[in-house]
Amino acid sequence: MEYGFTTAAYVVAAVLFILSLGGLSGQESAKRAVWYGIVGMALAVFATLIGPGSGYWALSIILIAAGGAIGYQLATKVQMTQMPELVAAMHSLVGLAAVFVGFNADIELTRVLAMDDTAKKGLEGFAALLAKKSSVEVSILRVELVLGIFIGAVTFTGSVIAYGKLAGRVDTSATKLPGGHMLNAGAAALSVLFAIMYFNGGGMIMLVLVTLLALFIGYHLIMGIGGADMPVVVSMLNSYSGWAAAAIGFSLGNDLLIVVGALVGSSGAILSYIMCKAMNRSFISVILGGFGGPAGEQMAVEGEQIAIEADGVAAALNDADSIVIIPGYGMAVAQAQQTVSELVRKLRAKGKNVRFAIHPVAGRLPGHMNVLLAEAKVPYDIVLEMDEINDDFPETDVAIVIGSNDIVNPAAQDDPNSPIAGMPVLECWKAKQVFVSKRGQGTGYSGIENPLFFKENTRMFYGDAKQSLDKLLPMID
Amino acid sequence: MIIGAPKETFEGEARVAMTPDSALQLQKLGHSCVIEMGAGAAAGFSDDAYATAGVEVVKTAAALWKAADVIVKVRPPSDTEAKRLSADKTLISFFYPAANEKLMKSLAKKGSSVIAMDMVPRISRAQKMDALSSMANIAGYRAVIEAGNNFGRFFTGQVTAAGKVPPAKVLVVGAGVAGLAAIGTSTSLGAITYAFDVRPEVAEQIESMGAEFVFLEFDESELPDGAETGGYAPPSSPEFQAKQLEKFREIAPDIDIVITTALIPNRAAPLLWTKDMVEMMKPGSVIVDLAAEKGGNCELTVMDEKIVSDNGVTIIGYTDFPSQMAAQSSTLYSTNIRHMLADLTPEKDGVIVHDMDDDVIRGATVAHASEVTFPPPPPKVAAIAVQKKEPIKELTADEKRALETEAFKKQTKTQVGLLAAGGALLLAIGLVAPASFMQHFIVFVLSVFVGFQVIWNVSHSLHTPLMAVTNAISSIIILGALTQIGSTSGIVVVLGALAVFMTGINIFGGFLVTRRMLAMFQKS
Repeated sequence: MEYGFTTAAYVVAAVLFILSLGGLSGQESAKRAVWYGIVGMALAVFATLIGPGSGYWALSIILIAAGGAIGYQLATKVQMTQMPELVAAMHSLVGLAAVFVGFNADIELTRVLAMDDTAKKGLEGFAALLAKKSSVEVSILRVELVLGIFIGAVTFTGSVIAYGKLAGRVDTSATKLPGGHMLNAGAAALSVLFAIMYFNGGGMIMLVLVTLLALFIGYHLIMGIGGADMPVVVSMLNSYSGWAAAAIGFSLGNDLLIVVGALVGSSGAILSYIMCKAMNRSFISVILGGFGGPAGEQMAVEGEQIAIEADGVAAALNDADSIVIIPGYGMAVAQAQQTVSELVRKLRAKGKNVRFAIHPVAGRLPGHMNVLLAEAKVPYDIVLEMDEINDDFPETDVAIVIGSNDIVNPAAQDDPNSPIAGMPVLECWKAKQVFVSKRGQGTGYSGIENPLFFKENTRMFYGDAKQSLDKLLPMID
Repeated sequence: MIIGAPKETFEGEARVAMTPDSALQLQKLGHSCVIEMGAGAAAGFSDDAYATAGVEVVKTAAALWKAADVIVKVRPPSDTEAKRLSADKTLISFFYPAANEKLMKSLAKKGSSVIAMDMVPRISRAQKMDALSSMANIAGYRAVIEAGNNFGRFFTGQVTAAGKVPPAKVLVVGAGVAGLAAIGTSTSLGAITYAFDVRPEVAEQIESMGAEFVFLEFDESELPDGAETGGYAPPSSPEFQAKQLEKFREIAPDIDIVITTALIPNRAAPLLWTKDMVEMMKPGSVIVDLAAEKGGNCELTVMDEKIVSDNGVTIIGYTDFPSQMAAQSSTLYSTNIRHMLADLTPEKDGVIVHDMDDDVIRGATVAHASEVTFPPPPPKVAAIAVQKKEPIKELTADEKRALETEAFKKQTKTQVGLLAAGGALLLAIGLVAPASFMQHFIVFVLSVFVGFQVIWNVSHSLHTPLMAVTNAISSIIILGALTQIGSTSGIVVVLGALAVFMTGINIFGGFLVTRRMLAMFQKS
């Protein structure tokens, strides 16, 4: 088949991918948008298979099918609470694939350059493309290759560590090897050195060294970032996987790879930016790991946490007219979303105004809470963003905080020395009454004391979120 | 200590500062009680009742003043009474120190201690001895009853066989303790009740009592802050007052009963209901002016009298409402006094400790240890929660426009700057890079641009599906692997095959999980 057809197919695929991302602006159009993406992908793969340079058709299709089967299994089995892990795991695959493809390109390049002119004419596909390149183009190709492999490798180990942290298999606290940032900087400097040696004909071995260093950087970078910053990390890795694809696209001279890589890269970058903004943190400080040290002594929290039992909460809920629920990671951990949904159904059936307030960084993944609530069949039009609902708290009778902590911490507004000072938070303490469902008295994930728990209108509803709510449910009449 | 309550000498005063009940409580504090014969008669407490409660009944005032160490009273002491108050004695009563300076000074000079019940600071801890509030509560209630007594119609609307009766419309001006009590009484009698106050933060309290807040449109920043003056409404600006009168004038013809309760500490009562407003009202309407003692809120009010205006509006200026309900007010007042004594007797052993470091006792004491201790220093605890002032003030249209243009200019500047820098960078790369690279590079830059434009519109709730779908499409890298897999080199084939396999997982997994997630989003 002619090269022209492939290119045409790529253009169509690129348009479909753009539409697919653009369609995510609304819940309804998103359902259509996924199909655009699927069709685009199918078209691109089909065009490549029949296009120049591909071989082993049967093998390719079998491999795709086998991968597809595993992917299907994963996609249908995964629990919605495990979404962050799944996404991280998938990023690692893209990163590793980019590394492999990059190495292949280098091997082919070395092979082609060693050939004489007559042999070059007999080549086809990717090798033929390489054969046509001038020496300047070959140097550029090498730069692109190194970039693609480097980013791919960082994405791979980074995602593996992120997966481990999210799945609880790796310690979630920020840990660094001795040397900290210097180690990263040193490794980066060394890889630049090896990369330059590779450009000057250093051969495969240099490329392998660069890859090893990149793998280390990916590991060490993500190890140094605490669990609470995972939403940023995951979206950042998302971005990296895109840039890796784009870099590989450059070296292969494949425009579709470049287009998609750039789309994914910018998407991830915007997501990271939104997450950072929601936490009032600079992107750099998140990447370099950990909270910046507090500027001074944090305000001492006065008062005491007052506990309440299920019947007290039920009585307040029965009396309330407007209720706002603020879910957090704790709800996901306790798998309480179904019970929450049941509770909401009961309350709404009584004509109460029940809404959800979602903070941008609630959970461990951008939009995590929305997906969980959607799974539990909570209608999305009562699930509101922080900016939409923050002004309504003073008119709210009861605010229920389920397993969230930092995103409802008034210290962010009141205490300039708090590590989260300036972070936008849900002002639930302005509601007439606040119930906090929480496992125990600890400070939780980020280790920051939360004055909300000590406020006069706050009552602590201790216990596992699901069990507490299960106890509460029959008392709502 | 011996606590004594004399019979009030002020004419018409029916209240008494000690009831049999409060006497029992005082005895529990270790005190013994005496009372002048007939002191409680006007309030409905007989001497026998006092005697039963263990109170010694003495025949004359002189004997009482001699016997008691602490004298509890309602009204400020008369000259005779002041003379009887010797150096070692303590007087607890309403005192109005600002108005009775001379008396205060002479008593201080003599060495007696005086605790003024009207000076109890308005902090949460002292509410139990806040006699002004207890009395205001009664006055507010009584004002409505008095108005009803002089009003020729029902309060509540009725449809009867004999015709339809419209409900009475009551306006309460000033929503302090008295105002709120009046609102409560009036609404429970069934009248349509409106209420006004210069402090916008009490609107909620007014509405909670079942009345409608008379809303005045005014720039919030000019409104007085009640928190600075201990919960009392401070004087307002002339513009505000004009606006307020205008509003009253507007509603005056509709109102059947007006109850005014507006007082400003240590100043004459503000004039809120002018003569022309009275003239606008329907004949038979009633005005009860609870501020009569301080000159009245209504222009026509005559203190301690009930008058009828030329157009038949009854204006009541009585100042003795609490005294008219002496049984009730004596019970409350004596309880306030009893709480004050409880604070003065911390050990409950009948020994008075006049602790001048205590905010409440210090605040209420106007003479102690031969010194005038009025006015008191501000209490260490703020009176009531300070209102949260909105720091953002409303911008005028011009300022808004200026800000908008400025923001627009700034935006343009950054945008142009970025474009120029980006363009220059692109050109610089173009100078050195070969054409084949530039071709791809343009595609790359455009895609980044499109990406940024598109992703900003993605709704927040769909960020997780976005991640999953970008994950799936970033597996487009499969194309690279597919073009390489046909190579003649063995290792390339193996690596390529692995890459195809992994991206295969990703493509299917990513798209399917996205679909699964999106299918969950449902509208109610």
